[in-house]
Amino acid sequence: MADAVAGRDKCGEPRLVSLPLSRIRVIMKSSPEVSSINQEALVLTAKATELFVQYLATYSYRHGSGKERKALTYSDLSNTAEESETFQFLADILPKKILASKYLKMLKEKRDEDEEENDSNDGSDGDEAES
Amino acid sequence: MAERPEDLNLPNAVITRIIKEALPDGVNISKEARSAISRAASVFVLYATSCANNFAMKGKRKTLNASDVLSAMEEMEFQRFVTPLKEALEAYRREQKGKKEASEQKKKDKDKKTDAEEQDKGRDEDNDEDEERLEEEEQNEEEEVDN
Repeated sequence: MADAVAGRDKCGEPRLVSLPLSRIRVIMKSSPEVSSINQEALVLTAKATELFVQYLATYSYRHGSGKERKALTYSDLSNTAEESETFQFLADILPKKILASKYLKMLKEKRDEDEEENDSNDGSDGDEAES
Repeated sequence: MAERPEDLNLPNAVITRIIKEALPDGVNISKEARSAISRAASVFVLYATSCANNFAMKGKRKTLNASDVLSAMEEMEFQRFVTPLKEALEAYRREQKGKKEASEQKKKDKDKKTDAEEQDKGRDEDNDEDEERLEEEEQNEEEEVDN
């Protein structure tokens, strides 16, 4: 297990791929319509995922706007997801965070808007009680 | 087949190591950032698989192969991955070839040895058993990853 983390095999050679193939395979198989996966495709997908992790980390770090350049933070990542076309597919799972107070304010504003619309509609549709 | 939620995640230790090796020395990664990258990696696998599967279906094949994955990378606009992936594929194929040759050589050596040692005994029986076992081992290695 320590070897897997260190990225070297029994002989001390760097591994081709560090991510566990069995886990990658589970994720791939969870995709509907996929029937079978050839071993080479599995190895390449694992390798591609490692390249992706490296790319996402370094890209986010370089483009980060945090004052503290000694750290990679969540907001660096969510900025990347929002601003880069390549990483746009991550936008839903890396949403920007907003303060709870701001969110509640947004909710209230929306509620006020909806109420205004209802007021102007009164008289035409009326409020009908449903049986 | 029901997967538990954690099965769709990749091991933290490996993800963390990959990130640390990619970033400059001394840069920290918040726990939140690491967890986010891990989730992103899982999503990437799904996206890549789905994309690769489209290429397989276009080729009227039911099994995803290496070229489907490479085509998917181009489609997803990760062309920068294609060259290192091709190199990894070559290395993997060489490794597999080496393993196969090693096990075939072992088999040859074993046959020679068995012939020499057991001329008096019912050696046909023994050889058949050995061959069966070796064939089974090879078959297990070459089997397509399947259900």
